[in-house]
Amino acid sequence: MNLISPSSTTSLSQSSERSLSLQRVSIHLGGREIIHDVSAEINKGEFIGILGPNGAGKSTLMKAILGLCPFRKGIIQFFGKPPGQANTFIGYMPQAQSISEQTSLSARSLVAAVHQGEHWGIPWPSSARQAAVHRALELAGALSYADRSFSILSGGEKKRVMLAQAVIDEPKMLILDEPLASLDPKNQKHLVDCIANIKKKTAATILFIAHDANPLLGVMDRVMYMAGGKARLGKVDEVISSQSLSELYGIPIHVTKSEGRLFIVNAESNIAEAACCH
Amino acid sequence: MTCLFTYLTYDFVRNALFAGSIVALLGAVIGYFVILRNVGFAAHALAHIGFTGATGAALFGLTPLSGMLLISCIAGSLMGISGNKLQRSELAIGMVLSVSLGLGTLFLSLYRGYAGETSSILFGNIFGIAPSQLYEIFLLAACSLGAISICSRRLLFASLQPDLAAARGISLTLHAILFMLLLAVSVTLASQVVGTLLVFTLIVGPAGIAMRLTRSFWTGILCSIFLGLITVWSGILLACATNWPPSFWISSILFFLYLCTSIFLKP
Ligand SMILES: Nc1ncnc2c1ncn2[C@@H]1O[C@H](COP(=O)(O)OP(=O)(O)OP(=O)(O)O)[C@@H](O)[C@H]1O
Ligand SMILES: [Mg+2]
Repeated sequence: MNLISPSSTTSLSQSSERSLSLQRVSIHLGGREIIHDVSAEINKGEFIGILGPNGAGKSTLMKAILGLCPFRKGIIQFFGKPPGQANTFIGYMPQAQSISEQTSLSARSLVAAVHQGEHWGIPWPSSARQAAVHRALELAGALSYADRSFSILSGGEKKRVMLAQAVIDEPKMLILDEPLASLDPKNQKHLVDCIANIKKKTAATILFIAHDANPLLGVMDRVMYMAGGKARLGKVDEVISSQSLSELYGIPIHVTKSEGRLFIVNAESNIAEAACCH
Repeated sequence: MTCLFTYLTYDFVRNALFAGSIVALLGAVIGYFVILRNVGFAAHALAHIGFTGATGAALFGLTPLSGMLLISCIAGSLMGISGNKLQRSELAIGMVLSVSLGLGTLFLSLYRGYAGETSSILFGNIFGIAPSQLYEIFLLAACSLGAISICSRRLLFASLQPDLAAARGISLTLHAILFMLLLAVSVTLASQVVGTLLVFTLIVGPAGIAMRLTRSFWTGILCSIFLGLITVWSGILLACATNWPPSFWISSILFFLYLCTSIFLKP
């Protein structure tokens, strides 16, 4: 019972509509099986929330999709190609901030450096680049502090600069690894709205890793819940339900809804948390 | 003013200015990437490793320049293999640095006739540059600048946002090796001007100060080139005027500029 979830949307679509297809993928790292037999079909333009506890393999699966982490079994197709061959379609926001903390460069030049960064030659300044940078900063909502030095920005502002870097080359798929980490609830909402807006404007497929389902309710089309090496993809109500999560975790889990928010309760330890971190 | 022009009539001053300008230009550009990539210590170590190459070259009948070039290119590509983890491998770099300096002392003791030139390797001898050397320096610098222009956009991307660059299909290791090779060449050339001990000043100094003064890539790199050229020129001319070594002047001017930026700029 490893992963399934032919939901109504996937069964209708053709394979040309797929942006990502995983077939029975297993990933081994350091002699351990991190991901076991995961399959999923994701359509173009979908907003997928990826949830699950620490160490569930969320980041690892994303790296496998990017072609940065080898996988032992299965097939990954990314826009119909194996991982690593359609990489220019990708916008990626890593979980760890990889921009050097000491850099005195402005946010604007950090975003400009990414623009068509895989091309050869000299990155001459051009008005086309300036316009693209402006647009990306606008999409990410980072225009107001774009000319300040990156090192003095706040954690949330840095996240938006990294988001602008991820969206500048109009990616067909945006992979965001925990963009909400260390943001306050108000800014979480702002960032989610901002990403929903990016989806609307660019029609990009979005894979959004988060620890709490609640900020994503209403924006995500489907959810992929990962736990114990397995994953389950489907509509929010189907996947984040007592029965489905109990199966995934192998222990009794209660999901309760109150005032429009989801809470997941581990029936054994009786710890309730806003969905979904155990 | 008149004395300035009399200096320029001497061949060795003109050669020094020419070699100094080339090296300053290359050093400023490569140095800017050194700062971006945060590999200052590796740059410093490469220069010192070059000392071993220069002393060893005498034993094997090579010119000091080719000996230095050889050994720092080998060391540079080895460092490059660790890719973007290089900034964190200080221990490894330090160990390689000390073993190669130890080897350098051995070479020095084996080949006694060479001892006289040790000080020019360590502290530079820009006024002693022969026209044939000038040609070598020019050629090497032109090749390095050519190489860096071809890959500067990718290198910038890989240096500033490595995770995203890797996700877009840029090989971080390959670019790290390429960069370290270019750094090895620049460091070797810079040591012709200021000596292996002071290479850090010329490679990292102008770029580091430029980084403090600017907020964007292009202003930064232009500022770095400007500072590098101004320092080398004034260092050489002041050396003519005072008869003190140019390496002293170059490093002092850069230190003075650094001090000014530290005092007048709030971090
Ligand atoms: N290079 C590696 N070698 C060995 N094990 C690894 C490696 N990278 C990750 N792992 C292991 O794989 C598991 C999944 O890691 P991953 O980073 O994908 O988790 P995650 O779901 O993203 O967790 P988090 O919510 O904490 O970010 C962890 O147990 C981790 O220790
Ligand atoms: Mg993770």
